[in-house]
Amino acid sequence: MANWVPLWLHRLGSPPVFYRFAGAVRPWALGLALVLGAVALYAGLFVAPADYQQGDAYRIIFIHVPSAWMSLFIYGAMAVAAFVGLVWRIKIAEVVAMESAPVGAAFTLITLVTGSLWGKPMWGTWWTWDARLTSELVLLFIYLGIVGLYHSFEDRRQGARAACFLVLVGAVNVPIVHFSVNWWNTLHQGSTVRLVGPSHIEASMLWPLLTMMVATKLYYIASLFARVRADLIASEGGKAWVRDLLVREGGAA
Amino acid sequence: MNLAMGAYGFYVWSAVAVFLIVLLIDTLAPLARRRRNLRDLRARIARQENRRRPGTSQS
Repeated sequence: MANWVPLWLHRLGSPPVFYRFAGAVRPWALGLALVLGAVALYAGLFVAPADYQQGDAYRIIFIHVPSAWMSLFIYGAMAVAAFVGLVWRIKIAEVVAMESAPVGAAFTLITLVTGSLWGKPMWGTWWTWDARLTSELVLLFIYLGIVGLYHSFEDRRQGARAACFLVLVGAVNVPIVHFSVNWWNTLHQGSTVRLVGPSHIEASMLWPLLTMMVATKLYYIASLFARVRADLIASEGGKAWVRDLLVREGGAA
Repeated sequence: MNLAMGAYGFYVWSAVAVFLIVLLIDTLAPLARRRRNLRDLRARIARQENRRRPGTSQS
């Protein structure tokens, strides 16, 4: 049995180890995200052919769809971390859940605004109370509620527990967002890229989309790790390892 | 290069701008927060030191 995996995960549960691990991984994740994101944007905006119906307006897909995927993916990751944090009382899992929420909110905001910018020329309206759009807006409010609840407690740990619980309750919205285009007759189109079955998209348009998907995933890791590091300095401020860090980082702050 | 994006330049480039600006803010905010947390912690430790040995430490 490969028991080094659980061993490694166990060690990563220790805040000082996670802090160092996050600090080492973050620049690589961010750098790779920037390179892949630049390639995907260039290919999506200039290399991929125009759509036969939507012309060049469809190019918003290369931002809108990866951001929308991230808005749901981050919620999933956050819900798993919140569950682990609540059940096994692992502090780092609570921090990962709490610090995922602002990144998820950022991608949800991008999804809503770029969707609006796409809707105006194609549907003739900036906004409509369609099932997909409304459930995505609710997702943004849930993210903001989680961030707000976390920061409204004097005791950070208590705030994290309450907000982790809200994460699990709010998870009911995730399948609603995903399946809204199938369950209701919406103005929003159905899925273009599918895990099961053939995608309704040409290869020259698909690869920039998938490249951007990878870039946004890496970006999430980089942003999350920067946030966890900032959070740990405040929440572990009384611990010896943070004191040591202060001495070592000298005048850097 | 197709900078005009047909008749849709405004919409496409606004979407790109929103994407980049939101993520730029999202990247810079935690870095500033980490620096602020380090500074606050340093100030707190200095205050505790001062209380323990009044008048001796200045940092």
